Amino acid sequence: MARDGELPILQLRGIVKKFGGFTAVNGIDLDIRNGEFFTIVGPSGSGKTTVIRMLVGMDRPTSGEILLDNRVINDVPANKRPTCMVFQSLALFPHRSVGENIEFPMKIAGADPASRRRRAEELLEQLRLPLDYYGKSVQQCSGGERQRIALARALAFDPQILFFDEPLSAIDFRLRKTLEKELKDLHRETGKTFVYITHSLEEAMVMSDRIGIMRQGAMVQVGTPNEIYNQPQNKFVAQFMGEVNTVEVEKADDRSVRSVSDGARYSVARDLGSFERGFLIIRPEILKIGQTAADLENQVRGVLYNDYALGSRIQYQVRAESDGEHWLVEKLQDEPFEGRIDETVTIGWRSEDSILVTE
Amino acid sequence: MSRLVQWLRLPGVIVAMPTALFLLAGFAGPLLLVCAFSFMPPKTFSLAQSPTLANFVSVVTDSYYVSFGWSVLLAATTVILLFSICYPIAYGMAKLFGKWATLVTVLVAVPLLVSENIRLFGWVLFLLKNGILDGTLKAWLGLSVPSMLYSVPAIVLGLIYVYLPFMLFPLVIGLSMVPDSLKEAASDLGASRLQIFREVELPLAMPGILIGSMLTFILSLGSLAESKILGGQTIVMIADDIESAFTFAQNWPKGSVLSLLLIVFSGAMVFFLFRRIDLDRIIGRR
Repeated sequence: MARDGELPILQLRGIVKKFGGFTAVNGIDLDIRNGEFFTIVGPSGSGKTTVIRMLVGMDRPTSGEILLDNRVINDVPANKRPTCMVFQSLALFPHRSVGENIEFPMKIAGADPASRRRRAEELLEQLRLPLDYYGKSVQQCSGGERQRIALARALAFDPQILFFDEPLSAIDFRLRKTLEKELKDLHRETGKTFVYITHSLEEAMVMSDRIGIMRQGAMVQVGTPNEIYNQPQNKFVAQFMGEVNTVEVEKADDRSVRSVSDGARYSVARDLGSFERGFLIIRPEILKIGQTAADLENQVRGVLYNDYALGSRIQYQVRAESDGEHWLVEKLQDEPFEGRIDETVTIGWRSEDSILVTE
Repeated sequence: MSRLVQWLRLPGVIVAMPTALFLLAGFAGPLLLVCAFSFMPPKTFSLAQSPTLANFVSVVTDSYYVSFGWSVLLAATTVILLFSICYPIAYGMAKLFGKWATLVTVLVAVPLLVSENIRLFGWVLFLLKNGILDGTLKAWLGLSVPSMLYSVPAIVLGLIYVYLPFMLFPLVIGLSMVPDSLKEAASDLGASRLQIFREVELPLAMPGILIGSMLTFILSLGSLAESKILGGQTIVMIADDIESAFTFAQNWPKGSVLSLLLIVFSGAMVFFLFRRIDLDRIIGRR
């Protein structure tokens, strides 16, 4: 669901945040569009949590401006902003029942008890929680239920933007997959702007309209999941995507590069232009192995070292004859490669699948 | 019989035995003695008399309600003042002071190593006419202040000073049990500082607040030295009456009745409060 036509609801202009001598966020410019699901991804320590805390109003930027609907909100405290956040710890009130937790923002806003109760029950229903949970203690609820209660409480606030600070990181794999989809459905149903942070690009891919990748306090690349996947801007983004084959290369001619370690030449589909030295990225899932690799432009010969079952896929490790480099090739489980361990095999890829990036 | 022997051989029972025996002899025993003496005829020193309710009658008809009233009033005043004084300090120690909190802890705890009476006499020297406060002001500024000593405020000052740690430390524990993320979440959902205090901080810190208030109330209720040393003869607190009944008046049964009333009153309060307020629910264990 691309929302290219939408205007920015939230704008970051040169945001810097320093803690003493340490620069946590180092000059971020970003537009978040009205109604989109935007995810900020980065490893721990990349500054993503600091960014979201400034967006919510719990920290103030050292310099730069945050604009909400074209109005600077740097000095507006969290309780005066029309936005709210689902915390990593969820931060449910342990001394309040499920219903009281959900009604909290409405009670603060001064809504009358009857309308609060009505809205709380609507939200319980929307988030597929049983109505009799209204009086239950939040301590008695399971992890997934607590996620939904935290979401219901945030929605009860009726925020313009809903922020999420890694709410799914402590949840086991299967439930997380379900909740990711539920969250995306909820985004569709509410039509609100969602800003999500996570360290998992995979999680970001599932849910987001657009993704921003952070590293060491800077926004490295912003784009749709497809753009990030197909045109990573540098080695960091490419490797952050998951396991990839990386070869350090230098320019050979306008259409090919030379491996720094063994001098092998690989063709690239685009004009190299000003590229001099960098990395060739080849995804394991687009590599061919054995017979199917025979007539491809780029080839590497090596020994099949081992195979790993990954559920729906199988991964093969091939060690190149020339420089001993490890290559990973992935195939679907139901169409496996028939080679034997220690057999010499050929792997290959088309020049369009060569991705060139800089450090 | 064999089941009793078996029970006596359980490791838990064996390990608990010394403490149990000590409590029986040192705590339950004297309590029972006080109970028994309260039913003996006035001014007797033996328990081999026929029980009577004479002491209860005389205590109720005499004007002991005055000293009892003073004790309750001063204890309540002390608790309220201590809470107001200690809450900000406890907040700082739990959330703001960082490593300096240890220093504050030491500074508050060290005076406990000195006997209470000696510390109170220190205050006497400080507040006395021509004492440290008065004398210093006279020498430096030529001012003379009326002596605060031997007044009700001096007693309250003494109570606050002596029982401060018993309010402060439970409050620190109570406040450190309030996660910052809950306060941030409340603020994020629109709550003002006051609303965060009322809706999140106060209820979650309640176990510490209750324990601190209970401790200081009961200690103040039974306090003696403060009213004697700093209060002179201004007022008489119930513990004064108990002491003089046992010593000066040589009337053990009457002292026992007064003690019993104090114990029953404090006990009933603790029981009532802790039953009304579900600690487990407050700290979210259930």
